[in-house]
Amino acid sequence: MIKKNIKYLAILALGLVACEPEFDNPIDESGVFTSGEADFSNFLALGNSLTAGFADGALYITGQENSFPNILSQQFALAGGGEFTQPLMADNAGGALLGGTQILENRFVLAFDAQGNPGPARYTGAAPTTEISTNLGSSFNNLGVPGAKSFHLAAPGYGNVAGVATGQANPYYARFASSASSTVIGDAVAQNPTFFSLWIGNNDILSYATSGGVGVDHNETGNLDPTTYGGNDITNSNVFASVYNDLLGALTANGAKGVVLNLPDVSSLPFFTTVPNNALVLDAATAGSLTGFFQAVAGIVTAQIAGTGVPLAQAQAVAAQYAITFNAGPNRFLIKTDVSATNPLGFRQMTEEELLVLTIDSAALAQGYGSVVLTPEVLQVLGILQAGGMPTAEQGALVIAAINAINDQDALDSGELTAISNARTSFNTTIAGLATANGLAFYDVATDLAQAANGGIPFDGGIITSDFVTGGGFSLDGVHPTPRAHALVTNGIIDAIQDTYDANLPRVNPGDYGTVTLSNDVN
Amino acid sequence: MKKLLLLVLFISVATVTYAGGYRVSVQGQRAMAMGHTGVAVVNSAELVFFNPAGLVFLENKLNVSVGASGIFTDVIYQNEDLGISSETDSSVGTPINLYASYQVNEWMSVGLGVYTPYGSEVTWPTDWPGSHLVNNIELAAIYVQPVVSFKLSDHFSIGGGPIYVTGSVNFNRNLNRTLADFEGNRSNVTIDDSGVSNWGWSVGAMFNPTENFRIGFNYRSEIILEAEGGDATFTNIPNSPAVPFANGSTTFDAELPLPAELTVGLSYQFEKWLFAFDYNRQFWDVYESLDIDFGNTPTGPDSVNPRNYKNSSVYRFGLQYEATEKITLRAGYYRDESPVQEGFFAPETPRNDSDGFSGGLSFAITPKLAIDASFFYLRFEEVDASYDFYQENGQGVPFSGTYKSSAFAPGLGLTYKM
Repeated sequence: MIKKNIKYLAILALGLVACEPEFDNPIDESGVFTSGEADFSNFLALGNSLTAGFADGALYITGQENSFPNILSQQFALAGGGEFTQPLMADNAGGALLGGTQILENRFVLAFDAQGNPGPARYTGAAPTTEISTNLGSSFNNLGVPGAKSFHLAAPGYGNVAGVATGQANPYYARFASSASSTVIGDAVAQNPTFFSLWIGNNDILSYATSGGVGVDHNETGNLDPTTYGGNDITNSNVFASVYNDLLGALTANGAKGVVLNLPDVSSLPFFTTVPNNALVLDAATAGSLTGFFQAVAGIVTAQIAGTGVPLAQAQAVAAQYAITFNAGPNRFLIKTDVSATNPLGFRQMTEEELLVLTIDSAALAQGYGSVVLTPEVLQVLGILQAGGMPTAEQGALVIAAINAINDQDALDSGELTAISNARTSFNTTIAGLATANGLAFYDVATDLAQAANGGIPFDGGIITSDFVTGGGFSLDGVHPTPRAHALVTNGIIDAIQDTYDANLPRVNPGDYGTVTLSNDVN
Repeated sequence: MKKLLLLVLFISVATVTYAGGYRVSVQGQRAMAMGHTGVAVVNSAELVFFNPAGLVFLENKLNVSVGASGIFTDVIYQNEDLGISSETDSSVGTPINLYASYQVNEWMSVGLGVYTPYGSEVTWPTDWPGSHLVNNIELAAIYVQPVVSFKLSDHFSIGGGPIYVTGSVNFNRNLNRTLADFEGNRSNVTIDDSGVSNWGWSVGAMFNPTENFRIGFNYRSEIILEAEGGDATFTNIPNSPAVPFANGSTTFDAELPLPAELTVGLSYQFEKWLFAFDYNRQFWDVYESLDIDFGNTPTGPDSVNPRNYKNSSVYRFGLQYEATEKITLRAGYYRDESPVQEGFFAPETPRNDSDGFSGGLSFAITPKLAIDASFFYLRFEEVDASYDFYQENGQGVPFSGTYKSSAFAPGLGLTYKM
């Protein structure tokens, strides 16, 4: 009887095993997703902050985990991809220390003030714990270095921790540089990648833009030596082309395949589109008095120029530019320009396409920055003018000094925008051309980001736009993408890889990825 | 005999059972082995559940049936477009049943039953792709029912009694697809309540046109479990006034219906063979929406989850063969239609139409005491399904994919008669 029972128990046990449900086509079995002509077994990502997963003005763990290379690697894993390692920061606060002293600020979070108004604020809930001088070793799949320009990837010593304090080296690369003289590209090639992504060149333009164009455009200077470039300069297009060609040459030397991304328009970033250039909103009375003020300015300038012996008509013609008319409603701000014979006061009203930076002091804008600071003394002089009187030279100077035009570092004027646009066009021509020449997948991310800025990109939970805070595409620094935008970039890359290498990979759902982080731990 | 036993086991194993929604039809070992038929089968005290009218036709003065099953359930999920897949923790449900009947006199019997006809236990991996709908759920309802059965003639009887239900629920899900605290931990809520009780009733009738032929009818009323003031615990909520919840506990109110069920069926005895057929109609349309109202927010439901179930049917066939004096063999099949409508396939009760295969036997240790064994296998077709009524920013966000489930349940019981 016992023997018989054992037999039945064995059948029962078999039955239990046979009960496990199984799909007709399980996706985790080989053959469903394929790498085509590519080989994802050792995937390396090279680039800057965008590749690193930098967001909200800092590098932190969850941002790194949601970087497009990390998301992409999870899709690759279904088609022969291997492990993907990243030089993770020590925390989610985002700041960093050098020798125990904080050198990088914490990240932004979205905080609400007592009136319930949301705004980005630096997280203060925890002190940063990432020590830059702690080297993690050089074997990481994500080699994105926040702040890196194209030529930095090939610059020896860019990760020398001794150079970080003096600005000679990059704190993020110092964390995983293989030696004091190593290069990012050298560390990449040493890992023998089978597949790579390269998204570099953004900072060759961006730092110029975010600094309001205070740097130098080396397409104008013709300077071909990047070691002499300042941090806020635009890289010469020939330098960019040469560096980019060298980077791809090194990465493809062993037959590796890869994907390259072009450079989106920086002027459509929320960093430049959030503070409107016509935020000088006036009621009719104030508009009238400002118009009166600038008529007075024109009069004073006419008198000053005529006083130097210039014919009156000529003096009036020069001064007429300052008789700016203000209207009830929004008016564009004034910005500083170079002082010249044709613009002796060195200011003008902004034109429609010119931009203000996100970091401009908005409290100052409300107090007359970008227009006029009307003190009682100035009003007194205006009274004299209105009564038909003639102010003294001192009183005239008082009026001129009341003009408070916006500084260069807070605005991108039309000349700066042209320099940015020309450089980007040239860099993108280089990237697309070299992608084709090397048989690489090419993702035109610039077009997708332009769509985000102009109408938005639909997903299953709404629309992703470039609107600051609410759009879902950009983190709280107004420059770097959110996890959701990283998901979009991942899908764009997947499409490009499928087209070029005949691979079959699943896309990700951007709706599964978050946007900005809420926290009132901001003191 | 051995061959037959093996054959029955084999058929059941090779093909392998359950019920739609969160109905768990395992209310008796003998009935279970016969495809969970029993509204017209006079066999044991299991009739307390299946049809109290039949109790008065039992031959013995005292009848007791006790049993328990272990239900092993697995659900797998995948979405080929997104390359995501997931699998539930093999959960083990343990429905129990205790029945007793006593023949007071020739025309009246009384009985008592304790059974668990509703329940669900589904555990997905925490933060799996459908975690905004459910991470895990555990539902249980225990029915306690006294019954009385009257023989109106040798051909006709009626029975019924009140039902006392006590239920419990534990349900965890993430608040939405992306909300997380500062460290990236997903914001979630657990609702937990137990001792939620209410009353219902059942009535039955049995008609015996001939000695070998019986027709049965049974109706069990709907019972709504109303959880009031249960515990709702919020975890990993970011510190922000923009989020209407905060970490910690509050209360919740919710309602869960246990639908009414109508059964009609027949049985026919031919020498050592007994054939049974039951038809169940389950009135699931009462389950329109799972609405949860949290105590720390203004009144009105905070979480509205449309379910929109439809009434569903189950067709059951059972066969019994008295192989020897000591051994009785049983087998059964049933077709279980899911109450879930297209677009409402929520992963907390991932049930589509299924085929159930059951088998079992009784072994009489003594003339008074028998061991009852049963098992069933519930086979589900692979199904492409979605839940379309989750919303973000007023926009429906479907959660779709391919599901496949299976359930296997061996059970053991004892029958005592005197």
